[in-house]
Amino acid sequence: MTYDEPTLAQLTADAEVIIGRYPVARSALLPMLHLVQSVDGFVSPDGIAFCAERLDLTAAEVSAVATFYTQYKRRPNGEYQVGVCTNTLCAIMGGDRIWDELSDHVGVGNGETTEDGSITLERIECNAACDYAPVMMVNWEFFDNQTPESAKQVVDDLRAGKDVAPTRGPNKVCTFKHVERVLAGFEDGRADEDQGVGAPTLAGLEAAKAAGWNAEAKPAKTSKGAKA
Amino acid sequence: MTELAPVLSAIWDHEKSWSIDTYTKAGGYSALKKALKTPQTDLIQAVKDSGLRGRGGAGFPTGMKWGFLPPDDGKPRYLVVNADESEPGTCKDIPTMLSNPHALVEGAIITSFAIGCNHAFIYLRGEVVHVYRRLLQAVREAYDAGHLGTNIHGTGYNLELTVHAGAGAYICGEETALLDSLEGRRGQPRLKPPFPAVAGLYARPTVVNNVESIASVPAIVDKGVDWFTGMGTERSKGMGLFSLSGHVNKPGQYEAPLGITLRELLEYAGGVREGHQLKFWTPGGSSTPIFTEEHLDTPLDYESVGAAGSMLGTRALQIFDETTCVVRAVMRWTEFYKHESCGKCTPCREGTYWLAQILKRLEHGEGTMADIQQLLDTCDSILGRAFCALGDGATSSITSSVKLFREEYEAHVTQGACPFDHSASALFEFRDAHADDTEEVLA
Repeated sequence: MTYDEPTLAQLTADAEVIIGRYPVARSALLPMLHLVQSVDGFVSPDGIAFCAERLDLTAAEVSAVATFYTQYKRRPNGEYQVGVCTNTLCAIMGGDRIWDELSDHVGVGNGETTEDGSITLERIECNAACDYAPVMMVNWEFFDNQTPESAKQVVDDLRAGKDVAPTRGPNKVCTFKHVERVLAGFEDGRADEDQGVGAPTLAGLEAAKAAGWNAEAKPAKTSKGAKA
Repeated sequence: MTELAPVLSAIWDHEKSWSIDTYTKAGGYSALKKALKTPQTDLIQAVKDSGLRGRGGAGFPTGMKWGFLPPDDGKPRYLVVNADESEPGTCKDIPTMLSNPHALVEGAIITSFAIGCNHAFIYLRGEVVHVYRRLLQAVREAYDAGHLGTNIHGTGYNLELTVHAGAGAYICGEETALLDSLEGRRGQPRLKPPFPAVAGLYARPTVVNNVESIASVPAIVDKGVDWFTGMGTERSKGMGLFSLSGHVNKPGQYEAPLGITLRELLEYAGGVREGHQLKFWTPGGSSTPIFTEEHLDTPLDYESVGAAGSMLGTRALQIFDETTCVVRAVMRWTEFYKHESCGKCTPCREGTYWLAQILKRLEHGEGTMADIQQLLDTCDSILGRAFCALGDGATSSITSSVKLFREEYEAHVTQGACPFDHSASALFEFRDAHADDTEEVLA
C-alpha cells in the first residue's frame, strides 16, 4: 500500500466504525469499497489491499466482489458521474436522444471520462424514478424530466465549476468522492436539504384530497365493477 | 369508481415530512407503543389476519413468512428489509423512503419485536444517495427518541438497526442474492431450500421483506386488521402504491386499494397523453407479461392479473402509446436482463445474451422470420430452467409481445427497418435521424 500515514490512519479508523455496524466483519466489505472510492475515486489496488488486510481476505476475494457491482469503478472516475437512463421507459420517453446528444456534446462514450477528469458518462439502468422520465443521475442525485438541452446545461455548469442542484435532493450535487463517503455510511448533514416534493410523487395524494377521501379514517371503497 | 387510499403517502405533502417530528405529530410511533405491549404471537397473527402480502412483487403472505421462523433457540435471528428497488418501471419505495422514512423504521422495529430479532438491516440500493441520507437520519432520530437501542421504552427489548447501501446490482433484489451481498459477497442467488426463514443471513433464521410491506405494518397495528381488510378484494387485501409512468398526463404514485383497474387509475392520472391511445402496458414491471387495452378493466389484484396471464408484481404500470415500437421496448428490457444476469446459471447467462443479440438485429431490420421463432425457442430454454426468477422475468416481455404483436416483429423483417419514428414517442420535440433512414427504406 502506498497510502501516506494520515490517509491510512483515517481509513483505518473509518473502517473500524464500518466493521462495528455488523455482527460479522465481512459484511463491511461493500461500504468499505465505497470508502476506498471516497479517497481514491475508484477501487484502487491500494484500496483492495487495504480491504483485504482489514477483513482478513485475499486481494482476489476483494476483487471478485468489487468487479461484480457497477458502482465500483476500475479506473479513476470523473468528479461527476453523469448517468442517463436508457432502460426502456426512459429511453422511449427521450432518454436515447438525451444520451446521443450529451455524449456528442461532452465527447466521450459510455464509461469514459473527459480528459480534464470532470465528467464520466454512463448509460444507466432503471433508477426507480420512472414517473419522472426521462431521468438523469449525477453522482446518484435525481435530475428528473430531462431534455437534451437541460442535460447539456447541467454538464456545462458542472464543468464551469458552478453549484448545481438536482431536482430532488440536496442543495447541490457533491463530488463523486464526497458522495462515496456518504455511501460508506457517514452522514454529511445534508439530509434535511430539499428541492420540494415533485408533482408525480404527490399526484395520487392530491387527487384523493380533492375528492375528500381519507383512507386512514375510513377504508377506501373498491367499485363493484372493479371486483373480479 | 374505486377511491384512492393514501396511507403511506398521506404525509408526503407535510412540511419536512421525513422528520421524526412531522411523523410523530401525524400519529407516528403510536403503533410501536401499542405493539410493545402486545404479545409477539398476537402481532404475527394480526399480520396474518390482515392478509398483507409481499409488496415486492411475489405477493407471498407476510405474516406467514414471519410464522415460518423456527422456535427461538436463544441465538440471533434477523430482519432484512429489501430496499433494492430496481425492477424497471418500479418507483414506489424510493419516494416512500425519501418522504416518509419513519414509516419504514417504525415498521422494522415492530416486525423485529414480533419475530424476536435484535439486529435488523435495511439493504438500500446504492444509486440513491439522498434516500440513504434520509434513512441514516431517520434511524439516528429513532435512536435518540428511544425507539431503537437497548431497553426500548423500558421493555427490556433491544434492537440495532443498520442501513446498508448496495453498489449497483439488480440481482440483489432477489432475497438470497441480497443476503449474500449483505454478507460482503458477490450478489448471487442461493439454492433454496434452505429458505432464509431457516438459514438466511449468517445462516441464521431471517425474514426478508420489501419496504412497502414493512412500512404497512404500523398502519395495520394502529388502525386494526378490520380497517385493512376493509380495503381490497377477497384475497388481495389492503392498499398499495400504483406507480404510473410513461405516456400519461399525470404520471406518479397513486395509493389505492388492490383491485383498482387501470381504467380508473388513468382517470385519476388525466388519461393517456393528448391525441394518443394506449398500446401496451406492464402491470407490475418489466418482468411481467405485457397487457393491452383489452385489460383496462382487469382488477389489479394478485388473482385477477394472474388469471389474465400476467402478474401484479410491483404495480409498476408503464404506459406506452401507439407511437411506441414494441420491439424496441422489448429489446431494451432484454439488454437490461443480459446486463444484470449474475452469470451463475447457464440458461440465464447465455440465454439473455443471445436474446439481446437477436432482438437487436430484429429492431435494426436485419432479422429474419426464423429469428422470431428462435426468440420463442430460447425463451422456452430459459423459463423454468434458470436458477432464480431473473431468467423467467427476462422471457415475459418477449413471449407476451410476440403473442400480441407478432405482425410488428414481422414488419421489421419485411421492411428491413424499424417502422417507427422514435422521436414521436419522446416527451420533447426533436428530429429523428433514424426516421429519415426509414423513409428512404419505405420509399
